[in-house]
Amino acid sequence: MPFNLLVLSCVSYVVFLFLVAFIAERRAAAGKVRWLRSPLVYTLSLSIYCTAWTFYGAVGSAAASGLEFMTIYMGPTLVFVGWWGLLRKLVRIGRQQRVTSIADLISSRYGKSNLLGVAVTLISVVAATPYIALQLQSVVLSFGVFAADDREGTALWVAIGLALFTVLFGTRNLDANERHTGVVTAIAVEAVVKLAAALAVGVFVVWGIAGGPSDILARITAADRPEWALEPARWAGLTFASAAAVICLPRMFQVLVVENADETHLATAGWAFPLYLLGMSVFVIPIAVVGLEMLPDGNPDLFVLTIPLEAGRGDLAMLAFLGGFSSATSMVIVAAIALATMLSNHIVMPIWLGLMRPAVSGDVRRVVLLSRRLSIAGVLALGYAYFRLSGGGEALASIGLISFVGVAQVLPALVGGLFWRGATRVGAAVGLTLGAAVWMYTLFLPSFGAISADGFGIGWLRPHALFGTEGMDPLLHALFWSLILNVAGFCAGSILSFPSPMERLQGAAFVGVFDTAPGPSGWAGGAPEAEDLLVMAQRILGEETALTLFQAEARAQGRAGYLPDPTPAFLERLERRLAGAVGAATAHAMIFQVAGRAAVTVADLMAVADEAAQIMEYSARLESQRQELTRTAAALRDANAKLTRLAEQKDAFLGQISHELRTPMTSILAFSEILMGDVAPEDARRQAGIIHAEAIRLTRLLDDLLDLSVLESGQVKLHVSDVRLRAVLDRALAAAEHVRPRHDLTVFRDSGAEALVLRTDPDRLAQVFINLIANARKYCDAADPQLRIVVRAQDGGVTVDFIDNGRGIPRPAQASIFEKFARLDESGQAGTGLGLAICREVMMSLGGTIAYLPGQGGAAFRVWLPL
Amino acid sequence: MKRPLFLARGPYRRRRLRDAARILPFAGAVLFLMPLLWPSRGTGLNGLYMLAVWLGLVAVAAVLRLWLGDESGPED
Amino acid sequence: MGHVLLIEDEPNIAEAIRFILSRDGWQVTIYPEGAGAVEAVRCVAPDVVILDAMLPGQSGFDILTRLRADPDMADLPVLMLTARGQSRDREAAEKAGVSRFMTKPFSNAEILEQVRLLVPR
Repeated sequence: MPFNLLVLSCVSYVVFLFLVAFIAERRAAAGKVRWLRSPLVYTLSLSIYCTAWTFYGAVGSAAASGLEFMTIYMGPTLVFVGWWGLLRKLVRIGRQQRVTSIADLISSRYGKSNLLGVAVTLISVVAATPYIALQLQSVVLSFGVFAADDREGTALWVAIGLALFTVLFGTRNLDANERHTGVVTAIAVEAVVKLAAALAVGVFVVWGIAGGPSDILARITAADRPEWALEPARWAGLTFASAAAVICLPRMFQVLVVENADETHLATAGWAFPLYLLGMSVFVIPIAVVGLEMLPDGNPDLFVLTIPLEAGRGDLAMLAFLGGFSSATSMVIVAAIALATMLSNHIVMPIWLGLMRPAVSGDVRRVVLLSRRLSIAGVLALGYAYFRLSGGGEALASIGLISFVGVAQVLPALVGGLFWRGATRVGAAVGLTLGAAVWMYTLFLPSFGAISADGFGIGWLRPHALFGTEGMDPLLHALFWSLILNVAGFCAGSILSFPSPMERLQGAAFVGVFDTAPGPSGWAGGAPEAEDLLVMAQRILGEETALTLFQAEARAQGRAGYLPDPTPAFLERLERRLAGAVGAATAHAMIFQVAGRAAVTVADLMAVADEAAQIMEYSARLESQRQELTRTAAALRDANAKLTRLAEQKDAFLGQISHELRTPMTSILAFSEILMGDVAPEDARRQAGIIHAEAIRLTRLLDDLLDLSVLESGQVKLHVSDVRLRAVLDRALAAAEHVRPRHDLTVFRDSGAEALVLRTDPDRLAQVFINLIANARKYCDAADPQLRIVVRAQDGGVTVDFIDNGRGIPRPAQASIFEKFARLDESGQAGTGLGLAICREVMMSLGGTIAYLPGQGGAAFRVWLPL
Repeated sequence: MKRPLFLARGPYRRRRLRDAARILPFAGAVLFLMPLLWPSRGTGLNGLYMLAVWLGLVAVAAVLRLWLGDESGPED
Repeated sequence: MGHVLLIEDEPNIAEAIRFILSRDGWQVTIYPEGAGAVEAVRCVAPDVVILDAMLPGQSGFDILTRLRADPDMADLPVLMLTARGQSRDREAAEKAGVSRFMTKPFSNAEILEQVRLLVPR
């Protein structure tokens, strides 16, 4: 097949995947995710475990050592059929803590320690780089089978294409819990292609070339050779290594935990994923045996391609090629996303935050996205560089298992952290470091001859015979020593060290994840200002998302507006939400920074931790009953307070009206009485002026009161018509000119967005706008007063924000500004104190809302109207 | 809070099923390691045995899923 | 003639009272808010205080209570004005130790008479 045709079919396949991912994203955005997020898709996405290394290499391995290739599938099979024990807990914790990667999970478990996050990230990147190189090599090799005139640049173009795809679909959303629907759907499609290809070639070999199952069995028996006998140590050791890898590989963690949309999907994957693996491997031995018969000189790694070609079935070979291509690309894409998340959250962002600490200004979101994109490009560049430098070839073939042993170093810290409350950060760090060092020394570096075999002349330091254990298989030797020392260091470090309060809290939350719904709080005690938190959350999650989040939280607390009480529960939820974007350690540090506390006091935390642990262990149900009672009592108290407040408000309102009416009346009466006597003419003129002004004030007050009572009674007549928002704003700005300005006000508008046509009462809407503009004119106290009018379409309506650059409204007053006579101005001269109350009533009768928008840097009001 | 000493039939059955779900991977591991203990009977027969155990594990897991799948309650 | 300290935030009302009293020969000092009013009384040392009930910063009732707590000013004549016109205000004022209590609006003669009564010449 000519090279160009091959490239063309590859490119069309990739375009097809692009389309799949794109359509999936579109459907997800439209809320149609039911099918896209089914247990089937979840199970298929797990198939990224089967890389090109297993797709092609399994046959090669079978040709060389018989059944041993099965160990790579046995480990995952055992882990998945046992999902109830380990995976269920892992997924629950991952979802509850909004974990973004395996590094994040370890960091979060051990007191949100970024050091551990960095360690896991480094191990993962080192282990995955050759693995990615291996995928590139497999694509290059399979190209070579079809087209003899292979070009130099294949691997480079594949790497660039994959980087592009991953950046496009892998960094759409920042929050890891808003999952990568497009990517997952695309890799599910690739999983189907892989399986179909493997089965098709297998069926062809068994029924097309051989004469059915019994013939195949006979051929296997005939081909059996001594080196195919099972080696007990490798058999058990590799099963263990693959079981560890399926949990610890960053890409597996990504699809298994991070992309999990529903915990019950795990139950399906528990049997369906082993079945998938079974399907991938059932024909491996037959293909190997038939391949050895047909092509005794061929490369067994490529039998899946060369057998159909030899038998003249180009179509089947093409399908097999696409299967292998799918295996390689899906692995690289997910691995790149997972590694980039880790790199970005644990290395790039902490450094950036450290550098920018004095002024965490601007949009952190953009920085996070940029750092993820760069990390993706970086990961693929590393893989490509390794491929070029290693020159491909034999050195790469064993790298899959070497990589497995590398990531298995995370296993003790992970499993220990999930089941042992006593596991500490020191233990995890010691274990990880020891294990990773031994792995590097005994397996990774020797794999490409980077270290001499004599152990610097010291007998017991020889990389393949540590402590004199000669004659072991190098892989098992490394697996054995690295994990033994890892576990020993982990246990000793944990037992000898003392955990920090945060570690104890997280330990209790992880180990007891099924015992209690909310974890023990790290935020008991003092509370940061809700508004500061909002400012920070807006920078990370984006303005609208943060406002929605805060509004929902405030509503859940029974408050109007955007500022919930910073209760410990809310802080914890917010921290997890932020953790979904920037990782647990960073999120924790940021909230700490805002909270303005050097640290949660140790005594506090100890008390909370011990209490929480006891409650969880002995009285989970009692606790829930107590909470139920507390909630009921709180609800009753609230209701009572509300009633009292209503009665008081009515009283206070009458008093207020009396005050507002009598005050101008007092001046009018006093001066008119004075004027009735003898007064000097210049005094008389002044006094008459005062009477006039106070009479106007009285009239305005009566007008407003009347207007308000009409609005409140719901008897207002609306004159609805179609009107351009721009026209209403123009009118309001012109009318507000007449307000005596404290200073000139510079107004910034967005006439493009204002072109919207509304169906509403233009006079009433203008009344609201006039009020808001006049308020800005009167009360904005900046040296150079500015008003921004921001128009945005959202939620089936339009929001118009009026944001000035003054001092804003102090937090305690924000709750009451829409109440009648709630004045901030101390002189009491400027208005009737009814303006905003009228605005609220007008917006209500127009079917919209008006609210104070905190955290915008000045006074800010948001008007919302349905479209 | 003390746990009840005896459970009604239904909950009792569910608990034992959870036990089964926990034991399953260990049983599978033992079965996967069995070929090491037998005198060699050739790659073909060993392969068939492995596939059979594999399929059996899938089947048992699928049956357990029917019973446990929709449960996300607390650990007993 | 005596010295009157007028604590009132409405400038026009303050102006009216100042005009009425100074025409009668009183020296009138105006203090326009609640915050710092107690210190103003201590500083000016007037013969009589006219105190508005609703003031920004600190209410007239609070100011009165604080004045009465100070032995130097416990007997200082205080005339309190309110525009809210509720009996509750009168009770609160009396409890805080007010000398006279008037509701707004008032007649000019009335306020003059009350001040004269409070400061015997």
